[in-house]
Amino acid sequence: MGPGLTFPKGAAVAAVAFEIDGGVAYKACKQVSTMSQSQPVLQVTDLTTQFDTQDGMVHAVNGVSFNLWPGEFLGVVGESGSGKSVTMMSLLRLIPMPPGQIVAGEAQYEGVDLLQIDIDDLRDIRGGKIGFIFQDPMTSLNPVLTVGFQIEESLKIHQHLPSAMREARALELLELVGIPSPEQRLKSYPHELSGGMRQRVMIAVALACSPQILIADEPTTALDVTIQAQIIELIKDLREKLGTAVIWITHDLGVVAGVADRVVVMYGGQIVEEALVDDLYESPKHPYTVGLLGSIPRLDQKGEDLISIPGSPPSLFKPPEACTFAPRCPWAYERCHTENPALAPIEGTRKVACWWDVENDRPRYDH
Amino acid sequence: MTTEPMQAPLESQPHDETALVNVRDLKKHFPILGGFFRRQVGAVRAVDGVTFDIRRGETLGLVGESGSGKTTIGRVMLQLDDATAGAVTFDDIELTATKGEKLRKVRPRMQMVFQDPHASLNPRMTVASIIGEPIKEHRAAKGPARKQRIEELLELVGLDPSHANRYPHEFSGGQRQRIGIARAIALNPEFIICDEPIAALDVSIQSQIVNLLLSLQSQLGLTYLFISHDLSMVRHIADRVAVLYLGKIMELANASDLYTDPKHPYTQALLSAVPVPDPKLEAERERVILEGDIPSPAHPPPGCPFNTRCPIAQERCVTEVPEWRELADDHWAACHFAE
Repeated sequence: MGPGLTFPKGAAVAAVAFEIDGGVAYKACKQVSTMSQSQPVLQVTDLTTQFDTQDGMVHAVNGVSFNLWPGEFLGVVGESGSGKSVTMMSLLRLIPMPPGQIVAGEAQYEGVDLLQIDIDDLRDIRGGKIGFIFQDPMTSLNPVLTVGFQIEESLKIHQHLPSAMREARALELLELVGIPSPEQRLKSYPHELSGGMRQRVMIAVALACSPQILIADEPTTALDVTIQAQIIELIKDLREKLGTAVIWITHDLGVVAGVADRVVVMYGGQIVEEALVDDLYESPKHPYTVGLLGSIPRLDQKGEDLISIPGSPPSLFKPPEACTFAPRCPWAYERCHTENPALAPIEGTRKVACWWDVENDRPRYDH
Repeated sequence: MTTEPMQAPLESQPHDETALVNVRDLKKHFPILGGFFRRQVGAVRAVDGVTFDIRRGETLGLVGESGSGKTTIGRVMLQLDDATAGAVTFDDIELTATKGEKLRKVRPRMQMVFQDPHASLNPRMTVASIIGEPIKEHRAAKGPARKQRIEELLELVGLDPSHANRYPHEFSGGQRQRIGIARAIALNPEFIICDEPIAALDVSIQSQIVNLLLSLQSQLGLTYLFISHDLSMVRHIADRVAVLYLGKIMELANASDLYTDPKHPYTQALLSAVPVPDPKLEAERERVILEGDIPSPAHPPPGCPFNTRCPIAQERCVTEVPEWRELADDHWAACHFAE
């Protein structure tokens, strides 16, 4: 590695390991109360997705399990190639098949397995009960159809509303997402709108049928920071008004800190850590999360040197037989190179997939 | 249309003689052609009168949203594009008035690291020939000496010298950016423009590249212009920061002053829009949410360019271009109401 690239052991952990039981109480209580009242609205177990490419089998998602609770804001954090988008797209079978194939897993939603049900039934759920916002507002709207048509389309298909009601609802939706002069905008084509406005239209389309779950795949990555702030406020607002559960996929730890209740961190096609948002930022347990939090500078303080995680993200051409982060991990020991740790519960609602206890600097499990 | 007066009259900011680079009232307008005869019907005012100095050994951060003109400023400074008006002086050589062989002689002293490491390296050239090209072009070294210099450069940027004969596609994004940096420092430049060098990289790789840039700066005594939209990273790397909006500088100050005490309402809004990776702080933070989008640089609003989105805009902001004023020691802003 290059000059000055170090990953100081322990320092980062010590810096973030304060106040474990003090400050997190508020959100934790809120979260636990919702959890105890109800069933998860979406229960994903052992999802495994692979792509059969010319260069070999790509193991994009390897045994991912998580729950989504009603009304919850779940942040999914990971770098490119970590499998965060493929996981969510697999749930709705939006990945191209072939080359993609969902090898194993279950996704329970309202008593059905989204991965097994008939594709026609799944179509009723997609865009109806589960909305999806894609990353790039420039390419995910149809350029030859008006904005109004694209919003009304899902109302027609899923709710079979008559034309007059559809138009009224489309207008209402554009108002809801804060688009100025919505009557005119219904007749506009996507190219007549700016990036931020297009992303608002995408949100309006996704919300058209009042979905129970909204999956947003890096919805603000292509936007400027002032526009990103507008969109984040909008989604927070809408979630409060409509009680939609949100899955927000992002690589930006800053965005997640402000909006999410709970966070899952993905690396190499697996979930490596899952925690309530306050817990995760205060005391990250997985070395990857530790490194990631240490490698981003902060706006509100002039920090010390940035920690850099040496090496590059893992190749997905091999099935994960050992810990995928081990080659970059300063704590890695023999076991990490031979056995892949499973995501296992530790204290409270937290889960981590690591053989090493970074806080106490010893192996997490005795055997 | 209010085209004049210019934002920063020359006399309003003292000419810093010791600075390595002086930019004075720089403008770059791209013509809009239209009609049957493709006559010029308008202009995109990408850069519309900016003035600043870059001091020796410092890092000046240049931040702004897309379309604010940051990349254009960098390209015009290195004479990759011609300026429409204004002057760029590099070590007392007025680049905007220098041409041909004379300009070629200065070029090795100023270099650029580009944003997209996938697009800025020729896929048909080996790493050695990519890094060796500037050395060859400027006849800095030949034969074994060149080979040795290439190996030295690869080592300096943290790459394995034995990979010199590989092609760019064999490297990851972060490694490719290291190749781009090696090429930029091949001729021992004094000044490097880093144009969003980390924007295309993954979070865990970004800090590797930033740490590399910082260590090269201290080893080689480089001066940087660091162009970025990532305000947190700019705070980390820059000594002074200029905030750009619609082709004009809104505020220029020491990094610590700018981030702790922003004077211009645009800087304030911009800073408050950046999320901080700390849930507790995020829950307490008051946000200034700007309405609307950045106007088109082809039709900038009259008066202050920010008046269409400014939370404190008044009539005066539409009629009068704000003066470029020094509000505190070395803290400049262009706003009628900033204090």
